[in-house]
Amino acid sequence: MNYTPHTEEDIKKMLKSIGVSCVEELFDVIPQELRAQSFELPESMSEQGVSKEIERLLSLNGSGIRNFAGGGFYDHYIPSAVDFLSSRSEFYTPYTPYQSECSQGTLQALYEYQSAICRLTGMDVSNASVYDGGTAAAEAVLMALNITRNRRKIIIDSGVNPLYREIIHTYTENLNIEIVEVDSINYRADRKKLKGLTDKDTAAVLLQNPNFFGAVDDYTDIVAAAAENGALSILLFYPVSLGVLKTPGEMGFDIAAGEGQSLGIPLSFGGPYLGILAACKKYLRKLPGRIAGAAQDSNGRRGYVLSMQAREQHIRREKATSNICTNQNLMALRALLYMVLTGKSGFVNVSKKNLMAAAKLKETIAALKTEIEIPFYGPVYNEFVIKLPVDARAAVKKMLQQKILAGVPLGDFYPGRQNELLVCATESSSDEDFKLYTDALENLLKL
Amino acid sequence: MKLIFQKSVKSRKGVDITGALQGGTEKLPEAKYLRHSPAELPEVSELEAVRHYVGLSRQNFSVDTNFYPLGSCTMKYNPKILEKAASADAFTGLHPILGFYSCESCAGALEVLYRMQEFLSEITGMHSTSLQPMAGAHGELAGMLMVRKYHRKKRNNKKFIIVPDESHGTNPASAAMAGYGVVTIPTGPDGLLDIDILREKLSGETAAVILTCPNTVGKFDPRIKQISSLARSRDALMYYDGANMNAIMGKVRPGDLGFDIVHLNLHKTFATPHGGGGPGAGPVGVTKELSEYLPYPRVVKDEDDGFALSFDRKKSIGRIAPFYGNFSVILKAFIYIVLLGKEGLKDASEKAVLNANYIMKNLNASFNNPYPGHCMHECVFSASEPGMAMNIAKYLIDNNIHPPTVYFPLIVKEALMIEPTETESLQTLDNFIDLMRKASELMKKDPQRLQDSPVSMPVGRLDEVSAARQPDVNFTS
Repeated sequence: MNYTPHTEEDIKKMLKSIGVSCVEELFDVIPQELRAQSFELPESMSEQGVSKEIERLLSLNGSGIRNFAGGGFYDHYIPSAVDFLSSRSEFYTPYTPYQSECSQGTLQALYEYQSAICRLTGMDVSNASVYDGGTAAAEAVLMALNITRNRRKIIIDSGVNPLYREIIHTYTENLNIEIVEVDSINYRADRKKLKGLTDKDTAAVLLQNPNFFGAVDDYTDIVAAAAENGALSILLFYPVSLGVLKTPGEMGFDIAAGEGQSLGIPLSFGGPYLGILAACKKYLRKLPGRIAGAAQDSNGRRGYVLSMQAREQHIRREKATSNICTNQNLMALRALLYMVLTGKSGFVNVSKKNLMAAAKLKETIAALKTEIEIPFYGPVYNEFVIKLPVDARAAVKKMLQQKILAGVPLGDFYPGRQNELLVCATESSSDEDFKLYTDALENLLKL
Repeated sequence: MKLIFQKSVKSRKGVDITGALQGGTEKLPEAKYLRHSPAELPEVSELEAVRHYVGLSRQNFSVDTNFYPLGSCTMKYNPKILEKAASADAFTGLHPILGFYSCESCAGALEVLYRMQEFLSEITGMHSTSLQPMAGAHGELAGMLMVRKYHRKKRNNKKFIIVPDESHGTNPASAAMAGYGVVTIPTGPDGLLDIDILREKLSGETAAVILTCPNTVGKFDPRIKQISSLARSRDALMYYDGANMNAIMGKVRPGDLGFDIVHLNLHKTFATPHGGGGPGAGPVGVTKELSEYLPYPRVVKDEDDGFALSFDRKKSIGRIAPFYGNFSVILKAFIYIVLLGKEGLKDASEKAVLNANYIMKNLNASFNNPYPGHCMHECVFSASEPGMAMNIAKYLIDNNIHPPTVYFPLIVKEALMIEPTETESLQTLDNFIDLMRKASELMKKDPQRLQDSPVSMPVGRLDEVSAARQPDVNFTS
């Protein structure tokens, strides 16, 4: 199967017009000694053949696995209209909207996305997306280094998603800065230590709410302490939680970064996801990536453009705020559609339901007659830690045999916590799921 | 069109996901953890939302609705069967962390990733490929970080990355993000890198040379091996920006030309839809010598010929994405390669080059061609007079064609960079040529007509300068 429409007649006509005798002649500029030494790929297939191959691959994945693992990535219900609207060819198949007059659909949607993100986070400005939550965090750190100029220290609470902390390390490894990670105490940020470490060389303090353990916090005091030292504060937030939880804006954060997967984006084995990046107004021109802005035409009609492109790589080259070009536009559209379709009150309901689901599962597990401990009893969102009397990784592997993904073992990310398991529930989890889960846990611990 | 926020009516409900909630505020944490009032999201019905966004979609040009010869972007048709695979529940519902504990439960997904690594290594002639980078620029960053690792290991004191002046803006920006300075080499009158200046600027402090080949003016540099050896003589690595890979599949492989690192743009060459600006995918391939620096985890074959993840990170640059990259984009590109096979991919490149040359030949009499002679998959003209490239772009919009890339590459005055791709028919190309010839005549006879375009869109030309000066990026009322 190929998708080239050329008939023999077309090719003849085109070659004649160009003045060559065969297509190969157009490649004459490439000397023979530079030609491909190998190109061993499968033969082409019919569409039907490929369809069968897809079926085969699908059948190889485990089906019907009940999911209690989060770790920053969750099973959420997606309204049907999100898929339907975002699949429209006119949204699906254009390029980045450089030519604004014939891209008003994408541009207005981006402007609406940015506005919705500002309303959700309480921040003043948002860009039009970066790749994912981890790269959003890394870009936020780079932004803070750029804003504070000669400051070289970044302080990170260990409650920040460990995958994201790794991405930040990867991004900044060559920039001659110091990253100080501060261990949390009792599943929450060590405020005393964080404040004590913040000094005149600190560019930013990075926190997460709810943190990796699901614990909910109010960081207003840490933000204030950072500001006193002239350091910026960055919050990694979880969008659905902001239906009920205190916003980064209310806590006074300078920059808010988040993974937008919860906003109508499927898990899809790791992506594509959505990096959300928002900030205070005064940092607008330091924000990386695309930003849609309102503009007028000569008749005074309102429209939208990619604004302030002078920050970006295609104009500023090595002096750009970031190298990002292609972002996650379609995912930003999905997030917008999700926020619009659930709407003001529906979004709050989903948010509350997630909070309640985790609380309920936690209570149910606590009530079991097992040796499981619940080490943190403060407020949690979406997930929480349980301490097993056995190795958590081994427990997850065993429970997978019963088609239950029991959670995220913490030992992989926090050495010494081999028996701790991060368990998640969302608005999609039913009472029947909870029963299956607790039964399986009890069985496991009986053995 | 009004904004969705302006269509909001107090207390109107949208999609009900949860049903009525049991238990009220007593279940919530104490007030200091809660937001003061709900986010002011729109209050509209599902139908109102659907009309609003279907309405907005109709204000877009797209590959499925319009010819879209945007240079350097490879806007080829995105076959619909690719979506079938990517939208199946057995893939969309798969939690990525499952791979950390049970490769059997995600064997189908891992097979796709493993075979895709192999396919791309073969297509580029590289030893190994990582699929983690989520866009071309992200692949470049991964590449630059590997350049750093390589030189650190050899204790080389390297400070600069060399890029040609016609290069994509992401190249110097990625170099800067990895902490390198940038040295720019001019392009000669033949559209190729000025090799004498390259020789002069290459020094012991050069960490790598980034090239796009064929380059952004559509020329393949036959001296490429000579350039590679020059770089090697200074222990500088060669980086291949794969944005233009669509010209040469099956004809040339960067690995055979002496390149050490390659990134590809799956959303260009391998037909995954661009989504109005992403998601893309920017896999990065390297030589054997550099393979241990690739981002981790990587998909490998285990002893029983099954697929597994390797978390070996000793020498890796680390994670650049949380898991395995933009999986569903990679999946679509994988299906595309399986569909076309080796002959189909070669055919795609041949027809892409044929289409570009047909356009070039037929517009040579109408526009100034700064680099005559055959082109590869795209051609660049100059509209010569100030503002005219933009005027022509807007005239094309009025004629239902998406404009070529304009004002890039920066080295061509009033540049019009045209990349038709292989999926367009002779009839579509003839219609475009016809319109471009008319535009060229209007340039002489009635420039005002071009200046006034577009008139058929929801808005006329928008004042970007004022928009940037007084930014309105968030609807606050």
